[in-house]
Amino acid sequence: MKHTLSVLVENKPGVLTRIAGLFARRGFNIKSLAVGETEDPEVSRMTIVVDGDDRIIEQVTKQLNKLVDVIKLSDITHDEFVDRELVLIKVHCDASNRSEIIQIVDVFRARIVDMGRNSMIIEATGDSGKIDAIETSLRPFGIRELVRTGKIAMVRGPKTRNGEA
Amino acid sequence: MEVVFGYPGGAVLSIYDALYDDDRIKHVLTRHEQGAVHAADGYARATGKPGVVIATSGPGATNLVTGIANAYMDSVPLVAITGQVACNMIGKDSFQEADITGITQPITKYSYLVKDVNHLARIVREAFHIASTGRPGPVVIDLPKDVTAARAEFRYPPEIDLPGYQYMYNGITAKLNCAVEAIKRAKKPVIYAGGGVIASGAHEELLQFAERIQAPVTTTLMGKGAFPDTHPLSLGMLGMHGTCYANYAVSECDLLIGLGVRFDDRVTGRVDTFAPNAEIIHVDIDPAEVGKNVNIDIPLVGDVRSILVDLLREIEPQRHDQWLDTVYRWRRDYPLSYCTKKDTIKPQYVVEEIYKVTNGEAFITTEVGQHQMWAAQYYHCKYPRRFVSSGGLGTMGFGFPAALGVQIAYPDAVVFDIAGDGSIQMNIQELATAVQYKLPVNIAILNNHYLGMVRQWQEMFFNKRYSHSNMAGNPDFVKLAQAYGAEGLRVERPEDVRPALEEAINSPKPFVLDFVVDEEENVYPMVPPGGSLNKMLGGSK
Repeated sequence: MKHTLSVLVENKPGVLTRIAGLFARRGFNIKSLAVGETEDPEVSRMTIVVDGDDRIIEQVTKQLNKLVDVIKLSDITHDEFVDRELVLIKVHCDASNRSEIIQIVDVFRARIVDMGRNSMIIEATGDSGKIDAIETSLRPFGIRELVRTGKIAMVRGPKTRNGEA
Repeated sequence: MEVVFGYPGGAVLSIYDALYDDDRIKHVLTRHEQGAVHAADGYARATGKPGVVIATSGPGATNLVTGIANAYMDSVPLVAITGQVACNMIGKDSFQEADITGITQPITKYSYLVKDVNHLARIVREAFHIASTGRPGPVVIDLPKDVTAARAEFRYPPEIDLPGYQYMYNGITAKLNCAVEAIKRAKKPVIYAGGGVIASGAHEELLQFAERIQAPVTTTLMGKGAFPDTHPLSLGMLGMHGTCYANYAVSECDLLIGLGVRFDDRVTGRVDTFAPNAEIIHVDIDPAEVGKNVNIDIPLVGDVRSILVDLLREIEPQRHDQWLDTVYRWRRDYPLSYCTKKDTIKPQYVVEEIYKVTNGEAFITTEVGQHQMWAAQYYHCKYPRRFVSSGGLGTMGFGFPAALGVQIAYPDAVVFDIAGDGSIQMNIQELATAVQYKLPVNIAILNNHYLGMVRQWQEMFFNKRYSHSNMAGNPDFVKLAQAYGAEGLRVERPEDVRPALEEAINSPKPFVLDFVVDEEENVYPMVPPGGSLNKMLGGSK
């Protein structure tokens, strides 16, 4: 089963390598990893999606918690949370199907951010399900290039990373 | 910090210049950086204090890698200070540059690359704190040349601020209560004690606990000395080359109490048949160890000593006469044994004689292989921190430099490195260190002209095809010792073993004893790799 881990880490050089290296050497499988600074510039947040059974997830969280640079780790899989992913899709197009693609973009409330004679770039945000759906819908036209950021997530409600309301 | 082990070089010249006229820190110059890191490791294991090693950048630092991995696997507190090229040269493939923080990342508890001399005092403080608290382990401090040459006002930080570094010292009460109930319920308990007992200084509490609940105690290789091997409740070591009675006891018990252990594959054998009838309590300070290899019924995360103190408060004396009768009968019926041969020295006999002649009071270090297992089986250890052996990584060449570290810590103690003829040659150059610092370490080589453990596996599992395990090129160890200015003696007859050991112990010099032993002796009992603990070869049911 896929788990979403929200991990606060020291914003220092080498931290990403430590985390990625841990996954590699213990044989854990990262589905996606997104990282960026938080409201506190000394702290970064990583949202890691990892696939595995309960035993593996338990080991992943315990091993991550052992890293000195990991300040706090929460497995938010079973919490109510908002998650978003950003995708850029360069799709093949021509005069005959351009309007059809634009319709799809509208349905998904995505945006066209670049347009050429034979291609356009579409930007979409949403949860992983929506991103998967837009990808599937555009595939028949010919996807030339696709970039996904990986999932970022935040628990709903007043609770914050320090547990304060 | 009183002692550092190290080897100078270009990138650490400033550090060595500072050591030149410093009389507070004793520096021991080894002949190879690997010797230095193992010596620091041996020092740490014997004293409980963090060992410190210094090496230069590039090859100096990479020569530490095996030693750092060794300390990591056996949870030894160690601070490795490596030189690095100047900050502006990093990343340019400069002369003697190696990314040592990157290389050692999977084998350190933490590492630092210091880029500003003003951070140095804080980092050093943190490094020692991390290395020696919680589950101990090695920490690397990589010091660029310009940082060590720079000057800064020394400001020792009053407090440590590491928000991401926490460990649980005390167990959770609810779990403690579960453990108490399980212990009261148990009819056939066994205590399985490891290196964590020694690391937390819990040997006295373990003794009380075992006597209180009347449970037999088996120790791991790392746990040797955590419980006196001479105690009636002791079953010796368990696992692949453990005693039959320890392995039977674990296989039959209804409660297994793991204290500071990690259920290593050399201990458990086949995991699904390990302690099949037992409820398992696992006490360890590292939560990641709980449930890693074996399913645990009652996890107790915390310091072993703290948790034993809590358990002792709750538990009344128990009796398990019937169970102990059974276990003791196994011990009587399936003891450790070997066949003697006239005029041939048996390696086990040498270990037994070392035990007798030192009255079990010596510090023992070992290399890795058959001799290591015989040392564990036949040298009865009475105290913690006196049996120093590379358990997890299994590093040949560890024992001799480790013995130097032990002797530096305890100059008046009798120190024996029990070695094989293969292992001893992996760091034999440290004889020069032993001579230079007048360290009267004794090396007992159990010389069978083979990489004995490799040969044993080739005999048992590869149809006696002894591929490259013969040590035909062995030197004359006596002459070699003498060339370094140490003493040496070759011993070929059983009756000469005892006098030779006495001569070595009484000599003020490093002493190499070359015992010519039975070439094809095997270590028994043996649980074949991947087999169940209760199915042993040699000396079993």
